[in-house]
Amino acid sequence: MKNSKWNLRRIWQDFYLVIIMIFLYAPIATMVVLSFNSSKSRTQWGGFTLRWYTEMFASRNIMDALQNTLLIAFLSALIAVIIGTAASIAINSMKPVPRTILMGITNIPMLNADIVTGISLMLAFIAFGISLGFQTVLIAHITFNIPYVILSVMPKLKQTSRFTYEAALDLGASPLRAFFKVVFPDILPGVLSGFLLAFTMSLDDFIITHFTRGAGINTLSTLIYSEVRRGIKPSMYALSTVIFATVLILLIISNFAPHKKAEQ
Amino acid sequence: MNKKLLSGPYILWMIGFTIIPLALIVFYGLTDKSGAFTLANVLSISTPEHIKALWLSLGLSFVSTIICLVLAYPLAMILRNRNVGSGSFIVFIFILPMWMNFLLRTLAWQTLLEKAGVINGILGMLHLPKQNLINTPGAIVLGMVYNFLPFMVLPIYNVLCKIDDNTINAARDLGANFFQTLLWVWFPLSVPGIISGITMVFVPALTTFVISNLLGGSKILLIGNVIEQEFTKGSNWNMGSGLSLVLMIFILISMALIAKYDKNGEGSGF
Repeated sequence: MKNSKWNLRRIWQDFYLVIIMIFLYAPIATMVVLSFNSSKSRTQWGGFTLRWYTEMFASRNIMDALQNTLLIAFLSALIAVIIGTAASIAINSMKPVPRTILMGITNIPMLNADIVTGISLMLAFIAFGISLGFQTVLIAHITFNIPYVILSVMPKLKQTSRFTYEAALDLGASPLRAFFKVVFPDILPGVLSGFLLAFTMSLDDFIITHFTRGAGINTLSTLIYSEVRRGIKPSMYALSTVIFATVLILLIISNFAPHKKAEQ
Repeated sequence: MNKKLLSGPYILWMIGFTIIPLALIVFYGLTDKSGAFTLANVLSISTPEHIKALWLSLGLSFVSTIICLVLAYPLAMILRNRNVGSGSFIVFIFILPMWMNFLLRTLAWQTLLEKAGVINGILGMLHLPKQNLINTPGAIVLGMVYNFLPFMVLPIYNVLCKIDDNTINAARDLGANFFQTLLWVWFPLSVPGIISGITMVFVPALTTFVISNLLGGSKILLIGNVIEQEFTKGSNWNMGSGLSLVLMIFILISMALIAKYDKNGEGSGF
């Protein structure tokens, strides 16, 4: 009697999980299916085609935007990792009061609404006399990426013992050598997940890019936005599928690779 | 200690690209085009079209937040109870859409909801009348719930995972039924996650202009659309900044809520 009641509850729970999963993935699955549909209609299956993919790869606009997106994501993640890791080491060795202040500032770009961050950066770039373009998008992305790096590196840094670092110094290693030989291997997982997090965040951003990009340059997000307002072309579905697959692979790597290592 | 010098680039960067930019919004918001102090930009929120956009934004984001909470809490509870052993991949599946390109997610719903879209196509095949789905407030709420649901699931799930099974079992042993346990044990212990989730959904929903633009058409203006247009089309930066200041009041309220109820950052996603 109790067992059947428990089973019933389990069935309801599975049912609920499936419903939410359908809600989350059905729209994405629809786009993936439509990207292979040779008919331009959204309701008729005209046969399998890769035409939209070839069209997408042949499009100068899309390829330029893709290149910008990847370049900005890579550079912003890299620079954010350097600045953020250095900052984490410094913050970790600070007294409580300055540490709290700096961590508070770190939280601003994360908690602030994207539209406000975007507008404020745009106003600043114009006030500083930096013309809007690739460089301003890059600076903006570094700005919102640094906090993610700090939040990934800080927990790892707290776990490391400061004595091993000091021991290395006592044994005659230079501070830089001691850092790279002793501290860095310990915080490397945090640095890597910070990099991937920053890379994904940059890939995903639309709103802040929208305000800081100026007229000449597009990332995939801003390109999709302007294309979609003119009417959806099937090559957009092909692009969506490619982006979805990329993000999926990146996330699987970043989520499951470090865990596996830790388990071994 | 020269270690502290390492924070130099970071501090300079944050001053240059976070503090000064925010100060500029305050400056633009409180001055007119000639640079003289004025409250007119901030007070322009009370003009009929702006106040209408603000109320609509508040209303739609409130409804979306409630729906997200109602959908996410049971989901987080189920996921937490399953976590023993095989769990983490299931959890990953429900968090994954959070990292998907925001525009693509909205584009997907546009495809489904359009007049010649997938849902109307299916209705047509079943010989049912076509529905006017897109360009309605309902479509915007749907877009918000879809986009921001994982932001509600993640913090609640994180907090629920920290609840000790023994606490739940103790309540049951002492004779509490399911709803009593829910009300007196689960809810109070998950307040930090709930508050965190509410702000993580409410703030982006309140300030969005993309969802309303793609799913609401040009007729439904949210406060985000008004601000975006002041900057991209109207070029009235002072007005746009003034309205942003009004928005920042709501953001500050939610930051204060988080600081009060989630002191240890338990509910944060990272």
